[in-house]
Amino acid sequence: MAKSGCRENALLRVEGLRARIAAGPRTSSAPRSGAGEGDGAEILKGVDLELCPGEIHAIMGPNGSGKSTLAGVLAGRDAYEVTGGTVTYAGKDLLGLVPEARAAAGVFLGFQYPVEIPGVGNLYFLRTALNAIRRARGEEDLDAMDFLSLAKEKMRLVELDPAFGSRSLNEGFSGGEKKRNEVFQMAVLEPRLAILDEIDSGLDIDALRIVAKGVNALRRPDRGILLVTHYKRLLEYVEPDRVHVMAGGRIVRSGGPELAEELERTGYAWVAGMPPEAAAAAAAAGGARR
Amino acid sequence: MSTAEQLKDLTEQKYRYGFVTEIEEDRIPKGLSEEIIRVISEKKGEPSFMLEWRLKAYRHWLTMQEPTWANVRYPKIDYQEVVYYSAPKQKRALGSMEEVDPELRKAFGKLGIPLEEQMRLAGVAVDAVFDSVSVATTYKKKLADLGIVFCSFSEAVREHPALVEKWLGSVVPYTDNFFATLNSAVFSDGSFVYVPKGVRCPMELSTYFRINAKDTGQFERTLIVADEDAYVSYLEGCTAPQRDENQLHAAVVELVALDGAQIKYSTVQNWYPGDAEGKGGIYNFVTKRGKAMARSKLSWTQVETGSAITWKYPSCILQGDDSVGEFYSVALTNHRQQADTGTKMIHIGKNTRSTIISKGISAGRGQNTYRGLVKMMKGATGARNYSQCDSLLIGDRCGAHTFPYIEVRNPTAKVEHEATTSKISEDQLFYCKQRGIPEEDAVSMIVNGFAKQVLKELPMEFAVEAQKLLGMSLEGSVG
Repeated sequence: MAKSGCRENALLRVEGLRARIAAGPRTSSAPRSGAGEGDGAEILKGVDLELCPGEIHAIMGPNGSGKSTLAGVLAGRDAYEVTGGTVTYAGKDLLGLVPEARAAAGVFLGFQYPVEIPGVGNLYFLRTALNAIRRARGEEDLDAMDFLSLAKEKMRLVELDPAFGSRSLNEGFSGGEKKRNEVFQMAVLEPRLAILDEIDSGLDIDALRIVAKGVNALRRPDRGILLVTHYKRLLEYVEPDRVHVMAGGRIVRSGGPELAEELERTGYAWVAGMPPEAAAAAAAAGGARR
Repeated sequence: MSTAEQLKDLTEQKYRYGFVTEIEEDRIPKGLSEEIIRVISEKKGEPSFMLEWRLKAYRHWLTMQEPTWANVRYPKIDYQEVVYYSAPKQKRALGSMEEVDPELRKAFGKLGIPLEEQMRLAGVAVDAVFDSVSVATTYKKKLADLGIVFCSFSEAVREHPALVEKWLGSVVPYTDNFFATLNSAVFSDGSFVYVPKGVRCPMELSTYFRINAKDTGQFERTLIVADEDAYVSYLEGCTAPQRDENQLHAAVVELVALDGAQIKYSTVQNWYPGDAEGKGGIYNFVTKRGKAMARSKLSWTQVETGSAITWKYPSCILQGDDSVGEFYSVALTNHRQQADTGTKMIHIGKNTRSTIISKGISAGRGQNTYRGLVKMMKGATGARNYSQCDSLLIGDRCGAHTFPYIEVRNPTAKVEHEATTSKISEDQLFYCKQRGIPEEDAVSMIVNGFAKQVLKELPMEFAVEAQKLLGMSLEGSVG
């Protein structure tokens, strides 16, 4: 694991994190989009990661490598059960907190598949969220007028039409609109740690540029961003400080932005045990996944 | 604690309105006979047409069987164990709120609807029914100036016998059905509204019903007549205190909208639903029906969150050409509540139109049934209906059922029916929680979103209350 030299002040430190799908009936779709294994199968098999304030890290890897599971575990999705390891966020244990407490502490997850909630207005939802977080922090509610001007400003950032404010949350939104809406929510909630799970999937080039602009605008010295992504494409617009490659539930390689270039060339086959030269040949022959 | 456990905790929240007010009561022996009916009529000082009508209903009732077709289960009711009349004792008529029994006023206060407050609230006149007799009526004078009659049913029988005799039973005849016929025989009180020709009632008329006396079934009867081109909006809210025995409630509401008139009738029903095991709770067997003459409009909006058993089908007989019927409903069942509710839209006149929007929410072990009839009669040329029935399931131990009946006898009539069933998913809840919204707030928000289409039909004062009620009645669920 690469050390970035902020050991004492790390925003997020993950050590030996292991997790599996929780037992019991679930209505969630999350586990099925994970490793594709049954209940009880371990998906994270010892993840180590350190994110310093002000940094953007990208986590890349093939389907089923555990990227989305890692994002879900960090946000506290109870479809997963942590079986080992620790997660320290801003010097405190993160795993002991319920999801809403993590949100109040400044952890934001941008969803790969944002859910639709019919009849609940987009801005109404966001104001409820913002005020829930403010209340949890002992702050006063933001009144309707102040919220509206804040929301309008942030909507401009992701070029969302103000009409989206009164539409039902994510209902009838296109894929790109949903992702822009996630970035919009992030901009309003101003988290300290943003985990963006495949925020680039399903975006056309214009939407990708807008989303990237939104993410870049949120770059701040005290904020950390974890980009979970399948492709290097997003990283052409948002330059990461570090790139990690996940495979088989572990981070198998870390490096600078150049690692993304290498992956683009070789595909992911090498992480499954193929030597890089053979993998590059396979990728060139169209053997790389997606 | 897992999500399921948290939700279980939340759904088991106790009913907040369980208390009994100690007020001296005027009661008659339990059971039902001609003698009892004569006593009721006499106590109320009714004219003879009223007694005759009650007796005809009673005799007819003796020939009837309790219906069993509804999708609800309850132990057999012994109608001889019910007390059919109970009224708080009063020495004389009351002139103002200050004269109302303080105990009684306190009871209203506990319900969160202090009458003093209500009186100050702009434009809400309250005819409060406490058990079976109306004790306070406000805004009467203002309404009287417009020629609007808004009073208790008993008062209407005394003061406006001709109006009552003309319209009573004109929409729900005393032979109508087992529960309506029982009501016709023994009804104790209720509200009466008459809006004269061309008058637009300037305020929402509102009645809070409340069942109080132990073992006393309550049999209200409400009659609203809107004369030609008149308009009235009526709000009905109900809350009953906690009891161990099941309490029988069989009300009748009749609406008459003459040519060009409009009646909007809104209900928020929050009676005691029984405990988590299904013990106690109100049996609510209600007959509500309106008759719409030419170009008139009837609109029913209901939010049903209470009662152990709900059996209720607010209906519209669209008799006049170009008349319009609407039914907007949210029915919520939690714990072991059962609801079988819906509407009937009977299209008789030409170009009649009806809309049905039904939102059923089931949680805990609740069973929620939508039962609706859309009937296009032979003469209903160009008639149209649109029905939408959505069910939301919370958890895996509840049930949602839909029984739409459609009969079309006119080839030009159009009927549309849409239905959906959905669940509150872990994904939705997690999304909300990840954004910082605690689980119970999230469930309440999702349910209110689901019911929004109906809630927006409620008058403003009611909409806020109804929203809180939905959250309160559920406070979460998912299994």
